[in-house]
Amino acid sequence: MIESVPDTIEKLQEGLLKKNYSCVELVDYYLNRIKKYDSSLNSFLTISEDSAYSQAKKMDKVLNGGSFSLSEYPLLGVVVSFKDLFLTKGIRTTAGSKVLQSYVPPYSSTVVMKLLSAGAIMIGKTNCDAWAHGASGENSDYGPTKNPWNKKYVPGGSSSGAAVSVSSDFSFVALGTDTGGSVRQPASFTNLVGLKPTYGLVSRYGVVAMASSLDTIGHFTKTVEDSRRILAVTGGIDNYDSTLCGEKGEKIGEKIKIGIPKEYFGEGLDLEVREIILKAIEILKKKGIAFKEVSLPHTEYAVPVYYVIQPAEVSSNLSRYDGVRYGNDRDSFGSEARRRIMLGTYVLSEGYRDAYYLKAMKVRKKISDDFDHVFVDVDAILCPTAPTPAFKLGEKANDPLKMYLADIYTASASLAGIPGLSIPAGFTKDKRPVGMQLLGKRFNENKLFDIGEMFQKLTNYHLEKPVI
Amino acid sequence: MTKVDSSDIAKIAKLAKLDLSSDDVLTFSSQLSNIISYIDKLGEIETEKIEPMSQVTGLSQILREDTSIPENTLSSSDALSGTEKTHNGYFVVDALIDKGEDMKND
Repeated sequence: MIESVPDTIEKLQEGLLKKNYSCVELVDYYLNRIKKYDSSLNSFLTISEDSAYSQAKKMDKVLNGGSFSLSEYPLLGVVVSFKDLFLTKGIRTTAGSKVLQSYVPPYSSTVVMKLLSAGAIMIGKTNCDAWAHGASGENSDYGPTKNPWNKKYVPGGSSSGAAVSVSSDFSFVALGTDTGGSVRQPASFTNLVGLKPTYGLVSRYGVVAMASSLDTIGHFTKTVEDSRRILAVTGGIDNYDSTLCGEKGEKIGEKIKIGIPKEYFGEGLDLEVREIILKAIEILKKKGIAFKEVSLPHTEYAVPVYYVIQPAEVSSNLSRYDGVRYGNDRDSFGSEARRRIMLGTYVLSEGYRDAYYLKAMKVRKKISDDFDHVFVDVDAILCPTAPTPAFKLGEKANDPLKMYLADIYTASASLAGIPGLSIPAGFTKDKRPVGMQLLGKRFNENKLFDIGEMFQKLTNYHLEKPVI
Repeated sequence: MTKVDSSDIAKIAKLAKLDLSSDDVLTFSSQLSNIISYIDKLGEIETEKIEPMSQVTGLSQILREDTSIPENTLSSSDALSGTEKTHNGYFVVDALIDKGEDMKND
């Protein structure tokens, strides 16, 4: 039995090529850990043991066959979990909701197909806030997921189980979705690298839709270099998602300049988080990166805009769940889904559409323009991912507005459709992880990866693991 | 401060096809009022000359040939696999216009 798995895909594949272990042994390792530890964390809803072993055997055959190249199988042997929003042919997909309790999809999403063709091995489907509605994982109809760094705390959400599956070593990487922060915020709470790509870069085909003008497919890894490798596989036009564009980003120059938005360091920011982010800035300054204070004046309007546009689109997307073609009927929706359907229907209803929905779309333009102005002068923006470290289970569960405000530093980038990368930046005194967020111009993920890799060469936060 | 009262909630629930209990109506009335009051903050911004932004890519009219893609076409049995209520290869739905028992699921 393998004792531990290397930190990066490159090292993992070196081990496979040297025959230190096989793909089947990697699956043994992760399944064993899931069986041993996940009952107290609740990160998985379905374990796909049979398909994991059959894919592992197939990949071992490729490895033993000799004549293959890693460019053909860039993710050879990489064990992956999928948030339970990704349709997986023949494997139950619930979206964390009782509505889809027994739904078995007849096809797989593009991203699932792409990862499996690249040699990755699916280990299972992870827990999440039902329909991806939440910032804590507590809105799952299958019980909350716990944070492995301290089980009294939430792991963040909505991609709660996805984050925990990687931080607890139940999976090498995890796929999630980020509509308003659902990859970046749990990455910050669990000491992982979390990417929300540019809107229009990764296909959403076959992924349960939440808010279609905002939804993106992101992923969790331990390192920035692996985040780049996963995006190289997931990105690109598939002809099934008509919002995809084939744009390429710019190369980063010799002299890197980063903007610090003053609005992200004001009232509401936890003091320990603030200190950690300021220290991260000092670390990068020593490497010769220039920093400049910038302003995103409409930041305080991002959450109100987001909580009009997002529920409006949610109410429309969830109208297809009528219990006829698949799933249970509408009585099976949990309370947060009902709340968002109600809110969305209200802001779209006669007499209120102009005052709320139209108004929000106009302010969205202003928020997006703020970023465009700033990126004329800087390569990236650096700010906290979330205003606080992980909060306690139950702390915000009865106050929806308080929970919505957890999205305060992530919602703007979603509205503007720009990429965001959360990177481990340190720990609070009581050892809760804190992430910093790099935001960039559309399709400029590579710049964020370059800066992030530089930071991870200078720090070891990402190598620390929770004691489960 | 009640912005969204019980009758508003009842009307929205009907539009959204949700059955709410009387407790739900009270809870949602208070929670939605609270959230809407917060959203009213948007009124502070002058937006008269601003074009609404409904999407971020700037793409329009993404079209392809209208031909079927065999490997991506579900068979009738796959398409029906998510329900137990089928009849002669069709989905069975509840009657929309209630004319009595004879119109219900055959």
